[in-house]
Amino acid sequence: MTTAHSLLVEELTLGYKDHVVIESLDLAVPPGRITAIVGANACGKSTLLRSMSRLLAPRGGHVFLDGREVHRLPSKEVARTLGLLPQSPIAPEGITVSDLVGRGRHPHQRMLSRWSREDDEAVADALEVTRTVDLADRPVDELSGGQRQRVWIAMALAQRTDLLLLDEPTTFLDVSHQVEVLDLLTDLNRSLGTTIVMVLHDLNLAARYADHLIALASGRLHAAGTPEQVLTPETVRTVFGLRSEIITDPTSGKPLMLPIGRYHGAVAEERQVAESG
Amino acid sequence: MTTDTSPAVPGAAVVRRPRRGRTLWLLAVLGVLGALMFASVTVGSRDVPWSAVVAAFGGSAEGFDQAAVAKRIPRTLLAVLAGAALGVAGAVMQGVTRNPLADPGILGVNMGASLAVVTGIAYFGLASATGFIWAAIAGAGLTMVFVYAIGSLGRGGATPLKLALAGAAISAALASFISAVVLPRNDIADGVRSWQIGGVGGGTFDSITQALPFLAAGFFVCLLSARALNLLALGDDLAAGLGERVAAARGAAFLGAVVLCGATTAVTGPIGFVGLVVPHVCRLLVGVDHRWLIPFSALGGAALLTAADVVGRVVARPGEIDVGIVTALIGAPFFIHIVRRQKVRAL
Amino acid sequence: MSTSTVETGSASTVGTVTRGRVRRAHRRRTVIVVLAASIVLVFALTLMVGRTFYPPGDVVRVVLGQDVPGASFTVGRLRLPRAALAVAAGLCFGLSGVTFQTMLRNPLASPDIIGISAGASAAATFAIVVLSLGETGVSVFAIVVGLLVALVVYVLSFKDGVTGTRLILIGIGIAAMLESVTAYILDQAAEWDLQEAMRWLTGSLNGATWDKVVPVVVALLVLTPVLLYQSGNLATLQLGDDTASALGVRVDRTRLVAIVGAVGLIAFATAAAGPIAFVAFLSGPIAARLVGPNGSLLVPSALVGALLVLTADLCAQFAFGTRYPVGVVTGVLGAPYLVYLIVRTNRVGGSL
Repeated sequence: MTTAHSLLVEELTLGYKDHVVIESLDLAVPPGRITAIVGANACGKSTLLRSMSRLLAPRGGHVFLDGREVHRLPSKEVARTLGLLPQSPIAPEGITVSDLVGRGRHPHQRMLSRWSREDDEAVADALEVTRTVDLADRPVDELSGGQRQRVWIAMALAQRTDLLLLDEPTTFLDVSHQVEVLDLLTDLNRSLGTTIVMVLHDLNLAARYADHLIALASGRLHAAGTPEQVLTPETVRTVFGLRSEIITDPTSGKPLMLPIGRYHGAVAEERQVAESG
Repeated sequence: MTTDTSPAVPGAAVVRRPRRGRTLWLLAVLGVLGALMFASVTVGSRDVPWSAVVAAFGGSAEGFDQAAVAKRIPRTLLAVLAGAALGVAGAVMQGVTRNPLADPGILGVNMGASLAVVTGIAYFGLASATGFIWAAIAGAGLTMVFVYAIGSLGRGGATPLKLALAGAAISAALASFISAVVLPRNDIADGVRSWQIGGVGGGTFDSITQALPFLAAGFFVCLLSARALNLLALGDDLAAGLGERVAAARGAAFLGAVVLCGATTAVTGPIGFVGLVVPHVCRLLVGVDHRWLIPFSALGGAALLTAADVVGRVVARPGEIDVGIVTALIGAPFFIHIVRRQKVRAL
Repeated sequence: MSTSTVETGSASTVGTVTRGRVRRAHRRRTVIVVLAASIVLVFALTLMVGRTFYPPGDVVRVVLGQDVPGASFTVGRLRLPRAALAVAAGLCFGLSGVTFQTMLRNPLASPDIIGISAGASAAATFAIVVLSLGETGVSVFAIVVGLLVALVVYVLSFKDGVTGTRLILIGIGIAAMLESVTAYILDQAAEWDLQEAMRWLTGSLNGATWDKVVPVVVALLVLTPVLLYQSGNLATLQLGDDTASALGVRVDRTRLVAIVGAVGLIAFATAAAGPIAFVAFLSGPIAARLVGPNGSLLVPSALVGALLVLTADLCAQFAFGTRYPVGVVTGVLGAPYLVYLIVRTNRVGGSL
């Protein structure tokens, strides 16, 4: 079902009321890959994601979806190509899992023609992919955090979009559920070719799971590229104001960032001295 | 204020600076209040000559002019006392609930006091001023506890939204009960009507004397709670960690505020928004230290209510607009302003 | 490493999904049918019961337009328009209330709480006492002001878009202000106007005539389709503004259309019957309990509203010693449920 869609940001300036959050940003989302946006708190990650999914109109510049400006396209048309899972979506009380997942079919339904066979299939697919079939008739309120996040991803999947944007899909989850959710997104990317863009808090998980890393520092693009290109001590210093050491992750072969505080840099410095001497 | 002339620590000067501002503001507010009280006695729906004002203060009440002034003296006193009580009650409630929208009107406390009094009149033959006060305090207290208990259930505790909604909904429910009590009783309908709008026009020295002990007790308790409120502002856990007995402190402050609201409502009827507006303005003037905020709110409340009363008398000559209506017309836009200013997440 | 489990939905899963959906739709349909039947039943009962009891045969003949001595006047002129107004106003309140509650994701955010009823009430009081308008004038005035108040609340809550929370709080503030205006006008009112205004304010079906019923029915016929057309968008709005936008809903436009439709309904109903307390408020949550989380609540809630007003009016007339206006009954009986509802909502932090 995939023909790779392109998502392009040009000279984008974003802001709320009187302050500018993102200034004159250019970037391209590589189609069919997993992209992670990283950066310090309040550097504009979520704002950027909201604008890319046309929730926030730009102050200046453009977001292009397949060469057309996303803020000028009809809402439903965009929603059939590009899905967004916000950071804290709201589940109406008592709603069952399959009903919630079914809400993802909204952009494919006309006002009066109701459910089709295709809708049911899309919901069934989404439940299977996220392994939530057994939960289908349970109320969402009763689920654990990890299960609930899988259900929300299922809802976004039922939307059947080739582009999926996620705002911190792993917040409030413990480490095993974080890995589970990210594995699930990787599954999607590998088997369906879904382009995934997510804001992630954890640099190391971002480096492990993303093909493409975008680092923002105070509203500007600091670096973009493969994790190996982007995740350097220099980036960590500019983006987070933190000294660090980057090693190769023995389990994944990806770069792994080790923070150095004011107390624990001794070993690293000793080694540096030894190496240079 | 301790007058330590040699700032030994460099930071001390910075720490002390707002105090000088506070003293100035204190003088300013006192001056304004004095002017307003003067205006309240001299200005009204009837123009009176100076001589009458002077004579009336001498205790004489001959002729219409002097009698008019003689009626304005207790009225002014009541406006000052009620305004002070509501201002303090608002400051304390906002402190206890850590909620910028807490106000006896919004939280339905006034409505609870009204229902208690109306029920007392209709079913228990309540007739004395002291009886009204006790009934009003009981009604106000019950409603406050009820609304707060409901508003603080669930995630996030008593958020402004939950508290305001619980207050509005309970008010609506109480209003239904009031009409159910009043509708079949034509004989009391008239007397009861004055319970639905607050005014100070009916103030007499007698009613003031009845309420005074309650008000004094309420002010005293609220002032004593000031230090505890400063700690509670940091959150219950932290306050407890700093050695405050949270439940007791909160209970005491609550009680003080409820007594003030109840006693005031019993004399004046429900007056909304004074408790909301005054503490907010005072916080801008003197900061968030409750030891300053509470006395300032008293003065500010007195000034606001006196001003509202004077305005109500001047605007609608030869009639009068009750002060409860004037405060609502001033207060509601202010309420909206606060809501608009708040970050959405904080609501 | 990659135990990727992505495959096309197996037939059995599709079956599960379809069955679940059909089951939910079935429950909803059952509830709707039972509610509609109850309304017909109570409606018939209202026509028969009163100071004089008329057997069903007489009632049917009157309804069919035949002349039955006594019954023609009592049933045809008094009871029938009264019952019809009860149903029509109830439908309006129920539909309008649930629209607001769904849209703002909060069962407490009904028009009675957030200022719209207060606006219509203040306007009607003003029209009766100060302008001395006749019935039609009062209604028109109340409708116009109700819409204006809704607009003002909406505009005031606009700041980088409208959030439900801010809209609710501003509505409460406006309501407090309008209530004091109403109180002031009442305070100035002459004895006769006062009674008239008080009766209007408590919400009453006394003096219902076909002239009052017709505008409400017309409003229902025009605005119900508008709201039903939005029901998909409203359901999606329940997931939060961002999610709804991501699913292709134009949030601001949906909200505006829903507000205009819902306010129109409530204003017409209020103009005819007064702000019958808590019906707009209670219908949605009751409907939600009955239907469960099984699809749109608009229709069930409208029916609950009609049933509530009909039943409450029957009780108000005959169950107590005095004849209360219907609004007092819904208010007093509704209050405990209201408290329960707030407790429940706050505890689970949920929407409807």
